[in-house]
Amino acid sequence: MESLEQIKARLESGVPGARVEIVPNGSPSAQASLLVDSEHASLVARFLRDDASLQFDYASNVTGVDWLDRVVQEKVRTKQLIDGQDREIETTAERRFPGFLEAVYHLYSMVLKHGPVILRLRTADRDAGAVLPSLTGVWRSAEFQEREVFDLYGIRFEGHPDLRRILMWDEFKDHPMRKDYQEPDDYEYEPTPHDEVLKRARQHYAT
Amino acid sequence: MDDRLRNELSRQGIFVTTFEDLYNWGRKNSLWPLGFGLACCAIEMIATSMARWDLARFGAEVFRPSPRQADLMIVAGTVTKKMAPQVVRLYNQMAEPKYVIAMGACAISGGPFKQGYNVLKGIDRFIPVDVHIPGCPPRPEALLHAFMTLQRKIDGQTLSGATRPRHLDPEAPAEFPVPDFGGRDLEPPRNPGIWRPPALPREG
Repeated sequence: MESLEQIKARLESGVPGARVEIVPNGSPSAQASLLVDSEHASLVARFLRDDASLQFDYASNVTGVDWLDRVVQEKVRTKQLIDGQDREIETTAERRFPGFLEAVYHLYSMVLKHGPVILRLRTADRDAGAVLPSLTGVWRSAEFQEREVFDLYGIRFEGHPDLRRILMWDEFKDHPMRKDYQEPDDYEYEPTPHDEVLKRARQHYAT
Repeated sequence: MDDRLRNELSRQGIFVTTFEDLYNWGRKNSLWPLGFGLACCAIEMIATSMARWDLARFGAEVFRPSPRQADLMIVAGTVTKKMAPQVVRLYNQMAEPKYVIAMGACAISGGPFKQGYNVLKGIDRFIPVDVHIPGCPPRPEALLHAFMTLQRKIDGQTLSGATRPRHLDPEAPAEFPVPDFGGRDLEPPRNPGIWRPPALPREG
């Protein structure tokens, strides 16, 4: 298989206007992934599937990732004039990164026997903007898994043929795999509580 | 009737019994389970019914495919909140007298999935359970033991009085409410008529 850089270059020439980024992976697997903008996602996916030297014809896995709002505190050194002297002052500045949701596709080629290439799509935010184009039209195997991502993370896939909840019931309101999901308070009987369960059981008994 | 007189009569070729004994003997030796499994415990339940453990020795080999023909519900596996209303509905559709064995850690308490967002913390929150079996999954021997426990329980029941079974008590409920799917949980999350959280001594 070509390296990720080569695939990126091929994508950028094959799909004009597509913004492709390589997301590094710091873990021992070092399995970097391709971040694709959502406007060109279906064109990029089609190109990955149809290009003669790539032929990623099989999406083995679709999953979601929830990234919460992050606040990073940075120390900034600035020079200020204090009492007529130039002094370096260290101030802490807060930088906010808004949260977003991510859909991750693992692609393999059955014909050329290579893979995986990991494709990431990011939503604008975690609420109203949690919309992504559906890649079910490109890989049929993505249909149920996109439904699962919709069910558990709340990403709405535009162009999906049958976007309904797949695991939870239709009347369910929340998205259980989101990091800020609060499960219902049914901690009334915990005979051997520990850690998080002990905390929740105490909260239950306090109220 | 005392046992000595009964023995004496049987020696003379006269068989004497009570209607209660006959009734309990009939009920306990033809427990037909409902053939349904929810998860991996069902595999052990199937193994129990096959030749190696041979549930037929206890008169319970006929797994019925319809709740109308079954006496015993073996809740074998994880009851998800999505599945719970169907389990309660199946139980309601069974004809009295009916019994429930909650098989395995999941069916009795939620088990390893207890803190999951979609797992019911024990089927005894919605239907009355006669025998609980711990284990993950319980071995077929444990299920056989639960059968024998249930048979002993049936054998001890009387036709009248406080220990009579539910189907002979006109005051006892014949049906149990089926929970609805709510926005965050089942509505209601448990049936307070049959399950209340036991009081636990808890520090702090």
